[in-house]
Amino acid sequence: MKNFGYSIIKQRTIDYDQFDGRLLNEVLEMEPSFKVCLSCGGCTATCSAGDLVSFNVRRMNLLLRRGETIELESEIQKCMLCGKCMLVCPRGINLRNVIMLIKKSIAKYKPINS
Amino acid sequence: METTPFILPFTIGLLFISCFLVIIIGIWISSLSRIDKSRIIHSILTKKSWFAIREIVMESLLHRKIFRKNPVLGYMHMSLAFGWFLLIVVGHIEACNHYQTFSVPAYMAIFMRYFVTEPSTTLSGKILSASMDLLLLFVLSGVVLAYYKRANSRLFGMKKTTQLKLGDRIALISLWLIFPLRFLAESVSAGIHHNGSIISHPTGELLASIFPVHSFEMPLWWAYSGALGLFFFALPVSRYMHIPVEVVLIFLRNYGIKVQKRIGGYSRIQVYSCSRCGICLDSCQMSHAAIKDTQSVYILKHIRNKNLTDEKLFNCLLCGRCQPDCPVGLELNNLRITQRIESTKEYNSSYEYLKNGKIAVSPQTEVIYFAGCMTHLTPAIIKSVKEIFAVAGVKYWFMDEEKTACCGRPLMQVGQYEAAKKLIEHNRMQILSSGVKKIVVSCPICYKVFNEDYALPGIRVMHHSEYLLELMADKRLPINKLPLRVVYHDPCELGRGSSIYHQPRLLLDEYVELIPIKNEKKTALCCGGSLANIKIQMNERNQIRDTALDEYLAYQPDLLATACPLCKKTFTKSNKLPIHDIAEIVYMAILNKMDIEINISTQIEKANADKNLRF
Ligand code: SF4
Ligand code: SF4
Ligand code: SF4
Ligand code: SF4
Repeated sequence: MKNFGYSIIKQRTIDYDQFDGRLLNEVLEMEPSFKVCLSCGGCTATCSAGDLVSFNVRRMNLLLRRGETIELESEIQKCMLCGKCMLVCPRGINLRNVIMLIKKSIAKYKPINS
Repeated sequence: METTPFILPFTIGLLFISCFLVIIIGIWISSLSRIDKSRIIHSILTKKSWFAIREIVMESLLHRKIFRKNPVLGYMHMSLAFGWFLLIVVGHIEACNHYQTFSVPAYMAIFMRYFVTEPSTTLSGKILSASMDLLLLFVLSGVVLAYYKRANSRLFGMKKTTQLKLGDRIALISLWLIFPLRFLAESVSAGIHHNGSIISHPTGELLASIFPVHSFEMPLWWAYSGALGLFFFALPVSRYMHIPVEVVLIFLRNYGIKVQKRIGGYSRIQVYSCSRCGICLDSCQMSHAAIKDTQSVYILKHIRNKNLTDEKLFNCLLCGRCQPDCPVGLELNNLRITQRIESTKEYNSSYEYLKNGKIAVSPQTEVIYFAGCMTHLTPAIIKSVKEIFAVAGVKYWFMDEEKTACCGRPLMQVGQYEAAKKLIEHNRMQILSSGVKKIVVSCPICYKVFNEDYALPGIRVMHHSEYLLELMADKRLPINKLPLRVVYHDPCELGRGSSIYHQPRLLLDEYVELIPIKNEKKTALCCGGSLANIKIQMNERNQIRDTALDEYLAYQPDLLATACPLCKKTFTKSNKLPIHDIAEIVYMAILNKMDIEINISTQIEKANADKNLRF
């Protein structure tokens, strides 16, 4: 990577040479409505699982877009599929399908050495 | 007895299909659970078998249910099924009568008019051959209707007819040819030998006077036998498998066997029993949103052909509207759920975090109130229930006021039964440890799962419409009839899902003027908001909702009542008319009665305008 003279926190870097967007692409292809998320946080504010445990639907989106598949896998398990997020979403995003798609496909895209 | 080479296609086909059916049905039955097998053994010599036979006559032969739905379609099915059945039975009697024996080989009865060249002389022979002619005419009338149906299905009250694949096409064409060929072959033979009966005789004479019938006789009999043989060979890969399999289904169903939560012999029998009549297409509201390839008939077809995709499997509201219409009585919702369990079984969550949470224990109260996730999005319902409880002096523990796990039903609807069990166990412990005898829920989705899947001995689960009715009957609630015309929308999970049709209506009758409508109770519409469909898009949901609302608006109600927070939330977004939960209506009426200066109409307006109440 080219050195621009900034200091970088290693864990938070996304190395685009290593970026794995396969899961993201699959999810966006199967559920295109997720493309229009404006990160308003409505889903997170209403989330039933978020009431009981630290769980943030919007962060799930972030993990997915950053290709952080391993962390995403443990996060996504927490959703109870209650459907509140879908009802409050101003963009009408079909979040339950996003979650089911990730749950179903994630095993395919996990890094092998994890 | 005589024989001739053209009996071969028929005889080989018959042998093939008989062996095939014995083997496949044997495999299915042997894969039933041990309990189901013992059900069969213990019921086989009881009157259940008699009921099954009666049902087979009424449904598989006479097609009573299709008759009720549409007489022309019913006649078509009946003439083909019952007519063919009688042709076989009477044909055998005729052959036995002619040869004066008690059993003849199958081909003898089927091709008798070829073998018997002299006219029948006895009275019984004459009557029998006349009846055979009439029966063939009866079946042919059904075949003509079937031709017509393919060309134009509107006569049959159905908008769409199902698509065909190769096996079906072969079976369909051979079925369509069997009876006309039989008629021609019999007439030609009658023309040659100057015999036949009331219809075949004149037709034969006519044909003989025009054509050189001698050269047609053999080809026609070969073609008839060939069509029969082809039909038997195509049967296993065609939809006509439903004819033999439905008979097995009816027996097993009468013995008390039901679709389990796993794919097995009985679920296969159900899948193969679908006749692809397409009646389920008409009741499905998804066609209002132009979703036209995921209805039950297609799902069952894809299960059979092993090419069902998640995109189709999960694109269904599980509203259950198609189920009561299915003339075969298939458990369409359960079949779909079984398939969903199979499709998602690899990734059920374990919800470890629930184990760390404290279990809240209630103070001793009269009832538990469980609002449910959906109701938390419609605070006006929670407020109304709380206020009504205050008026009636109900002591309650609001179990999910702060936080609690989801009831588990939304997971179950998408097949995640194992995951749902974790949530169920968590909630169940709280309910049981409270020692309360009644739990009141506001959401029909929770109601169904509490009732069916939470083992809660000694605890009565009630939807708030039931509980409010009980409070009213105990004179704990004031009654006040508001001058409002109201249409009641049956929520799918409460109506078809839990058979609660009357309680909400009895309650509403006391407080408003209820308008009866066409699509209510078993045929009630779905709001389009169902959580069971994870594939449908918001704009498609809106189309389903708006079509349903338009139907309600035709009755010009002052407001639409429902008993489900999800229905309310779904309908409210349309802004077409005021929508209220039963609890809100009761609360409104009580407030009005209590003379608190609230004008009803401003109350309705307020409820609709007030963002807080509406959310
Ligand atoms: S509510 Fe909808 S738009 Fe807002 S963050 Fe969640 S998914 Fe994105
Ligand atoms: S469906 Fe999952 S992410 Fe959405 S609100 Fe419910 S628990 Fe949260
Ligand atoms: S599921 Fe029932 S209604 Fe639908 S096509 Fe099959 S038999 Fe007919
Ligand atoms: S359950 Fe409802 S949405 Fe699903 S196929 Fe039947 S009618 Fe259509």
